[in-house]
Amino acid sequence: MIKRQNTRLVVIAFVVLFALWVDLSDTLLITNPFNGNVIYERNVKPQLGLDLRGGLQVLLEADLAADVEVTADSMEVARSVIENRTNALGVAENVVQIAGDRRIVGEFPGLEDTEGVINTIQQTGLLEFVDVGNTPMAAGTILVTDYGLSDAAMAELQNVPEGEVAPIVYSTIMTGGDLSDVYVSQDQVGGFQIAFALTDAGSEIFGTYTSQNINKYLAIVLDKVVISAPRIQSAITGGSGVITGQFDYESANNLAIQLRYGSLPIPLKIVESRIIGPTLGEDSLQRSMKAGLVGMIIVVLFMGIYYRLPGIAADISILLYAAIAFAIFKFIGVTLTLPGIAGFMLSTGSALDANILVFERLKEELRKGRTLKQAFDMAWSRAWSSIRDSNAAVLITAAILFWFGSAFGATIVKGFAITLALGVLISLFSALYITNTLLATALDKLNIKNYERWFGI
Amino acid sequence: MNLLGKRYLFFAISAIVILPGLIILASGGLPLSIDFTGGSLLEVTFTGTTPQPAEVLAVYENANIRDATVQTTETGGIIIRSEFLDNDKRDALLSTMSETFGETTIQRFDSVGPSIGEQVTSRAAMAVTVSSLLVVLYIAFSFRGVKGAYRYGISAILAMIHDVALIFSISAVGGLLFGWEIDSLFLTALLTVIGFSMQDSIVVFDRIRENSNSLRRLDYETLVNHSIVQTLQRSINTQLMTVEFLLLALAFFGGVTLRQFVVVLLVGLMSGTYSSIFIAAPVLVVWEGKEWKTWFKKKATA
Repeated sequence: MIKRQNTRLVVIAFVVLFALWVDLSDTLLITNPFNGNVIYERNVKPQLGLDLRGGLQVLLEADLAADVEVTADSMEVARSVIENRTNALGVAENVVQIAGDRRIVGEFPGLEDTEGVINTIQQTGLLEFVDVGNTPMAAGTILVTDYGLSDAAMAELQNVPEGEVAPIVYSTIMTGGDLSDVYVSQDQVGGFQIAFALTDAGSEIFGTYTSQNINKYLAIVLDKVVISAPRIQSAITGGSGVITGQFDYESANNLAIQLRYGSLPIPLKIVESRIIGPTLGEDSLQRSMKAGLVGMIIVVLFMGIYYRLPGIAADISILLYAAIAFAIFKFIGVTLTLPGIAGFMLSTGSALDANILVFERLKEELRKGRTLKQAFDMAWSRAWSSIRDSNAAVLITAAILFWFGSAFGATIVKGFAITLALGVLISLFSALYITNTLLATALDKLNIKNYERWFGI
Repeated sequence: MNLLGKRYLFFAISAIVILPGLIILASGGLPLSIDFTGGSLLEVTFTGTTPQPAEVLAVYENANIRDATVQTTETGGIIIRSEFLDNDKRDALLSTMSETFGETTIQRFDSVGPSIGEQVTSRAAMAVTVSSLLVVLYIAFSFRGVKGAYRYGISAILAMIHDVALIFSISAVGGLLFGWEIDSLFLTALLTVIGFSMQDSIVVFDRIRENSNSLRRLDYETLVNHSIVQTLQRSINTQLMTVEFLLLALAFFGGVTLRQFVVVLLVGLMSGTYSSIFIAAPVLVVWEGKEWKTWFKKKATA
C-alpha cells in the first residue's frame, strides 16, 4: 500500500504540531537558549476583516480626467502619504493598498471617529506652481487651475450665462511631486520662509519657465489657495527656491511637513466609503463561528457513520485540515471576512469531496472482489485525475475572483478568493496525504476481514 | 438505472424551473445594488423607539436627497438607500435624525460613486466570461486524448449556463418576495457556483473518459449512463450531504447579512450537481447521436 508509512506519519505530526503552535499563539517567538536573543519573531494574531469587527473602508480614486495617465510611481507615493497621515492619527492596524490603476483602498478597523480619518485623508496637500501672468495675487485667493482638468470640465467652466464672466483658468507649471526636499529657513531679517529643492526634471521645468517669464508673477498654491505670489526677479536654474509668506515658525514648519510628507502627487477623491458598526460586526462573527461549528459536527458524524473506518480517517484529516488552514491564514496574515469564512467552508466541502471520491472508488473496487491492498491502491490512483481536474476548475475561478477583487478594492471578494484557493490546496494535501497515510496505517494494524462492518459496503 | 432515457424530460423540468424567474427578470424584476448602480446605503439603529419609515423618508426629502427608499431590519434598525451621499450630507442627515428621533447610531454606511458602479458591472461581466473560457480551455486540454474533447468543455459550459440561469431566476424571485438585490456578494456566489458546477461536470466526465478506454464495446449512451450511475453516490454524498450541510448551517446561524449569499450558493451548488448529471452528460449523448436531426421529424409524425 504505502511505503515508508512511518516517515509520512512523522511528516504529518511535524506539520500538525507546527500548525497547532501557530493556532494557539499570538506571536511566534524563537529565542536562542544560550543568550536569550530573539532569533525569529512573527505576529500571528488573527486578522479580522471590517465586516467582523467594524470599522471604516474608503476607496479613493485619482481625481483626474480619465485620459490623464496616472503612473504607478505616483500612486505608490500617494498611498504612502495617506498611510503616514493616518498612522499619525494613532489608529492601529490600518491597511492602505493600491487597487487597480488609479484607486487606493484604505481600511481602518475598529474605528469610532470616522470623521477624523476622512478629514485627514482629504487634506490633499496638493501644491501647485501656477502661472498667473501679470496679475499680483493676494494670499488666500482661491484659483481655478488646469491641473487634472478634462477638456469637458474646461468647456463647462467657460459655458456661463450671458452677462457673467467665465472664471479664469490658470495654467499649472508643476506640482509638489517635483519637489525633492522641503525645509524651513530664515531670511536676512529673521522671518521664516520655506526653502525647497527640486528634482532634476522639476528644476528643468522651473528654470525654463522662470527665465522666460521674468517680472511676471508666479503663484504658489496649496489646495487651490494662494499661499504667496512672488514676482519672478531672475531665472531660477539652480533647482531650488523659497516660498515666502506671513509665516511664524510653527506655520512654516507645518506647511513644510505637509509638503515634504504630505504632498500628494495626484489629487484624490472619495468614490466609495463603507462604515460597519462594531456591534454588527461582533454579532456576525459569533453567528458564523457557531454556524461553522454546527456544520462541521454534522459533517464529521455523517462521514464516520456512512464510511466507517475510512470515514473516521477522513474525519481526523478534516480536523487536521482545519487546524492547518487556520494556521496558514494566521501565518501569512489573511484577513478573515464573512465571505472568507464561507470560502473556507466551501473548501472544506472540497476536501470532503476528494475523500468521498476516493472512498466510493474503494468500495467499488472491494465490491468487485479485489483484495484490500489492490483496492486501496486503485482507489487513490483512479480518483486522482478527477480530483485534479475538478480542483483545477475551482482554482481558476478563485484566481479570477482575486483579480476582480483587487482591481476594485473589494477586499471582501478578495478574502473569499484567497481562503477558497488556499483551502482547496490544503484540502488536496489533507485528502491525498493525511487520509491516505492514516488509513493505510490503520489497515496494517487492524488486519480486517469483515469489509461490510469496516467499510460500510 | 436508466437515467439518460428520460433526458428530454429532465431538460423540460429544468426549463420549467428556470423560466418563471427569467420572465420576472426580463420584466425588470431584479434590482441592482448600489455596488453596481452607485448610491448610498445607510443603516442606523435608535436608542429610543424606532421611527416609522415615512418619518425617516421625510427627513431625506427635506434635505433634498433623491431616490430614498426605507426598509426596516429584523433587529429594529432602518436601512435607507438613496443617491450618492458625501460625508457632509451624511452628517447633516444624522444630526437631523438624532434631533428628531433621539440618539441615532450608524451600523453600516456604504457609499459608491456612480463611475465605480459602471466599471464594476462591466468588469464583473468580464470576470465571469474570462473564468468560464479558461475553464473550458482547461477541460479541452485535460480531455485531449478523448474523441471530441471540445464537446466536453462546451457541455460543461451549457450545464454552467443552466446553473447561472437558475441562480438569476431564484434571485429574481427573491427580489420580488424579499427585496433581494444583486450586489458584489451575489457576484462572489455566482463565480463560486461556476467553479463548482465545472467541478461536478468534470467528475462525471472523468468517469466517462476512464470508461471509454475500458468499455469500448458499449454504445455511447450506455457508457455515459453507466458512468453517471457510478458517480451518483459520490455526487449525492458530496453535494447533498456535506456541502449543503455546511451551507445550511451558515444559512440558519450565519445571520441576516449572509443569508441571501448562502441561499444563492445553496441553490447554485445543488443545481451544479443536478446539471452535471441531467444536463452536461445528456448533452454529450444528444451531440454524439446528432439528435437534433430527428427533433422536427418526430414532431411531424406525432
